[in-house]
Amino acid sequence: MANVVLRDVRKTYAGGFEAIKGIDFEVGDGQFCVLVGPSGCGKSTLLRMVAGLETITSGDIDIGGRIVNQIEPADRDIAMVFQNYALYPHMTVYNNMAYGLRNRRMPEAEIDTRVQEAARILELGTMLDRKPKQLSGGQRQRVAMGRAIVRQPKVFLFDEPLSNLDAKLRIAMRVEIRKLQRRLQTTSIYVTHDQLEAMTLADILVVMNGGRVEQIGNPLDIYQKPATTFVASFIGAPPMNLMPLRSDEIRAQFASDSRAASEAGILGIRPEDFVISSETIAGGIALDLTVEAIERVGAETFIYGTRQNEIQGVAANPGELPPGEVIVRIPGAVAPAIGERIKAVAPRENLHLFSADGRKRIDL
Amino acid sequence: MEKSAVFNGSRLLPYALLAPQLIITFVFFYWPASQAVLQSFKREDAFGLVSEFVGLENYQALFAQPEYYKAMLTTLVFSTLVAGLSLSIALLFASQADKNLKAAPVYKTFMIWPYAVAPAVAGVLWFFIFHPSLGTLARPLRGLGLDWNPLLDGNHAMALVVMSAVWKQIAYNFLFFLAGLQSIPKSVIEAGAIDGAGPMRRFWTIIFPLLSPTTFFLLVVNVVYVFFDTFGIIDAVTGGGPAGATTTMVYKVYADGRLGGDLGGSAAQSVVLMVIVIALTAVQFKYVERRVQY
Repeated sequence: MANVVLRDVRKTYAGGFEAIKGIDFEVGDGQFCVLVGPSGCGKSTLLRMVAGLETITSGDIDIGGRIVNQIEPADRDIAMVFQNYALYPHMTVYNNMAYGLRNRRMPEAEIDTRVQEAARILELGTMLDRKPKQLSGGQRQRVAMGRAIVRQPKVFLFDEPLSNLDAKLRIAMRVEIRKLQRRLQTTSIYVTHDQLEAMTLADILVVMNGGRVEQIGNPLDIYQKPATTFVASFIGAPPMNLMPLRSDEIRAQFASDSRAASEAGILGIRPEDFVISSETIAGGIALDLTVEAIERVGAETFIYGTRQNEIQGVAANPGELPPGEVIVRIPGAVAPAIGERIKAVAPRENLHLFSADGRKRIDL
Repeated sequence: MEKSAVFNGSRLLPYALLAPQLIITFVFFYWPASQAVLQSFKREDAFGLVSEFVGLENYQALFAQPEYYKAMLTTLVFSTLVAGLSLSIALLFASQADKNLKAAPVYKTFMIWPYAVAPAVAGVLWFFIFHPSLGTLARPLRGLGLDWNPLLDGNHAMALVVMSAVWKQIAYNFLFFLAGLQSIPKSVIEAGAIDGAGPMRRFWTIIFPLLSPTTFFLLVVNVVYVFFDTFGIIDAVTGGGPAGATTTMVYKVYADGRLGGDLGGSAAQSVVLMVIVIALTAVQFKYVERRVQY
């Protein structure tokens, strides 16, 4: 059992490319930390640095009170689950799990106890004599987990372990991983690009972008109070609607609030915070939309609309939507027709305001 | 889903497409091989004008020759040394080239060149380098107190042909080993590192077993190489001498048939050689291949 502390960790490659630009965070003992971000944000590199598979250019990585910068992966007391499972194809399931223990010269009796226990937990008991290629994707995934848990390491590292599974299995394994981690109480760091996985698994969520940390915190806090427009559009699906506003529009909208300075900014509203109504909420916002497209997914419906009372933008739209387009989420399957004009309203407490460059949240 | 093309046109088209390969195999393998079998049952007169059927006489004469058993032993020593050395040295070089070296491309290119050298040219090269009176490296060897003379000493001659044959074959083995190493997923080796296996242990418990299909393939190819393709090197370096010390089975086929004029006896030797190589390959497939499956 151990905590993991990163202090101003940086990674610069030989060509001068800076992959990790100074990262600090701490994962407490037994906590589940998820690193999330788009491809190329450095999250896997950071995990590999914790594992010892990549060198650290500067800063310190501390596992259980010991700085491990110069320590070999084998001696860091960590176990890693790889995206492609990285099972040893020529060994049986049993030997795959026993390999790490044999390398540490553990007595065979003890190895057998641990492997059998892991096989029982992961329901692999009947497959111990099989080779990896005789297993399904989900079973291979469980062997990879088994190989990690038999070692009883201080820290589990997961590098996108579910991305090779189909959607249904991914959800099942996600729940299994969380239950297993709760039971073993082992400090874990988990890398994913899937915001849903990140939200559901994390005790601490670290949102990364371009080699930097955008925001660290409890997943719900991050959802409710995203620190930047990047986090706002990355966490939550579909993404938050982001609309650049001129300074006079901001003054008009937030006249009563002195913290909404008189500068231009970006207004954010989550699709699920809208209500379709003809009534305007005092202090809230009302958008007149023309319905362009409808997506019905059963329990909810997404309406894609364009704004009629065009608010002239001051900056390029930092979100994922084309300028002027707004997504509204409504429960149920009853939706307006395409081409219809609707009014989407959102209350004041659900509005998010960011600085014009999107780098700073302005609390209202 | 596998899709297979369907030819609605001529029924002859598939045969026409296969024909070039079949013709080549027939003309250059089955025909000569069958001629050799036929020839091995015949004896020609001294002028090559008449040949008579003699049954198994050529084989009886062959197995009565002590030189033939000596050639078999020489072949055994030669092939074990060449296959063993060229495979292990190539594996060592390939595992070094697989590391992230800056000069790796240059290194790889240089490694591959010897393969492009014709066997006879390679033989002449080694012959001159190690010639007892002309050779660049013969003097330093003498300086070390070794009475180096491959023209008179059978062991020296054997060492020299083994070196030349190994030198040429390393390039080929190196290429395949390198490709084999590069096809091992990096994450499997990283998993080994995290599982506490040092570099040597990773090599012997993960990398080497995963390379076994490549190793097996190369073993078969190398055995065929030393049995047949080393003829040019032996001919250029030692000519089978001194006193038959480097006369392998394939060289004896040539020496007895072309130089000795005993076509029937030479053909009988080719047939024996063919049977040995077919048997060796079959044994390798039956017993060794079973162990490389994973």
